[in-house]
Amino acid sequence: MTVILNQSFTGISIGAVLLLIALGLTLTFGQMGVINMAHGEFIMAGAYTTYVLQQSISAAGLSLLVALPLAFLVAGTLGALLEWLLIRRLYTRPLDTLLVTWGFSLMLQQLARDIFGAPNVQTRAPDLLTGHISVGGVTFANSRLFILGLALLCVLGLTLVLRLTPLGRRIRAVVQNRDLAEVSGIASERVDRTTFFIGSGLAGVAGVALTLVGPIGPTMGTNYIVDAFLVVVVGGIGQLKGSVITAFVLGVLQAVLEYSTTISVAKVAVLVAIVAFLQWRPQGLYTLRTRSLA
Amino acid sequence: MLEITDVRAGYDRSSVLHDVTVAVPKDGVAAVLGHNGAGKSTLLRVAMGLLRPKGGRVLLDGEDITRLAPHQRVARGMAYVPQGQQSFPHLTTAENLQLVADGRSNGKEAVAEALDLFPVLRELSGRRAGLLSGGQRQQLAIARALITSPRLLLLDEPTEGIQPSVVAEIEETVLALSRRGGLSVLLVEQHVGFAMRAAQRYYILEAGRVTSSGEGGAQAEGAVREALSV
Repeated sequence: MTVILNQSFTGISIGAVLLLIALGLTLTFGQMGVINMAHGEFIMAGAYTTYVLQQSISAAGLSLLVALPLAFLVAGTLGALLEWLLIRRLYTRPLDTLLVTWGFSLMLQQLARDIFGAPNVQTRAPDLLTGHISVGGVTFANSRLFILGLALLCVLGLTLVLRLTPLGRRIRAVVQNRDLAEVSGIASERVDRTTFFIGSGLAGVAGVALTLVGPIGPTMGTNYIVDAFLVVVVGGIGQLKGSVITAFVLGVLQAVLEYSTTISVAKVAVLVAIVAFLQWRPQGLYTLRTRSLA
Repeated sequence: MLEITDVRAGYDRSSVLHDVTVAVPKDGVAAVLGHNGAGKSTLLRVAMGLLRPKGGRVLLDGEDITRLAPHQRVARGMAYVPQGQQSFPHLTTAENLQLVADGRSNGKEAVAEALDLFPVLRELSGRRAGLLSGGQRQQLAIARALITSPRLLLLDEPTEGIQPSVVAEIEETVLALSRRGGLSVLLVEQHVGFAMRAAQRYYILEAGRVTSSGEGGAQAEGAVREALSV
């Protein structure tokens, strides 16, 4: 029983990481339909922001707390810049967008190499997050609990913004019918940029969280980009709740399979399961029903 | 109020409008009639800025707005109800209206006024717009346009594809709006009777050209029907 609970927590913590890295994509890819291959590099930017902050703020806890909003701003600004410079000219050309954002990601990787060097770097986790707590024989790593809390907080924040604020209404309106949004008085280009800012900013926050579980390097984003896209596609494009459920299901599946096989076999098995699922349900876990899509 | 002058427009390489000139009188209604494919909706898209013309100009109260984005035209007092009962399908009825009211000082009152015009929308405020009937969606579309307190309203076939009971309600609302002053209307409509009751001026569009125009009113209905039957 303890083994099952331990593996379940491991799976949930993997799911929390998946959720954090995919959350920004639910906006930029899920809502706007932009295949942004530089999303992983925005995660990297968030991680390096944490690293840079620790050089000037020695208290690890404080630097982590400051890093969260700062990484959001840094990655968000990079995203808004990418949208303004390139993506806004390519909204009707998805393949060109894919290539351009991939090129942008390579540039960001090289920039990171030039500034920080090719080898990976590490940050110090705050003392509070280095230990673990045990409940009934089940071990919860503090850092993993922190990531889980952060992921849920981000989901809650994003849900509230999308559901209850004027900005959220504008974002959803532009996604659903751009022309109608324009003739309703909404400056759709400004909304696009803001959406991209928030989506990219969330990638930055994910980057901060990832410094607690792994090293920081110029190519760290590449390791996560495929998983992030998988979560959004399997959850159902544009469906936040789909992404949340998918992230945790994939996380638990991965943990269970890792326990009974090996990491590589588990990865392959999860991918096979995703392919089979998408064959059966190409639209993903959730779709919205309407009488008309007009 | 609105002058569309010598406008040429189309999609990619195909031309739809050929040197079209249409004017909407201040506080009056101009109706554009014509068969399917004549270019009526394209004309409204040009007027609203959704399609950039290849030639000609669009003037609002003398100001050249030809190159302005649609949302900038809305800020100048234009509103548009497109063809096909368009709404934001995944937003609720209330959200569809609140979206336009956001940031407006009189937003709350404007939403209340719009709901007074179409009380059925009040009962459906929590329902997703995509789940409304065609007639309800059209009422929502008109209500949404009116929240911006427009000086000029562009209506593209507001009664098309709507059940007869709602058509009468929409026609009455449009007529009432056009008579209350402070609002000019450019109406594209297939129902000649309704269009001529509402309009002070009419234009008949055929294959992207204005082939006939004149004073509106019920007395002109026969001439318009004859022109359209050719």
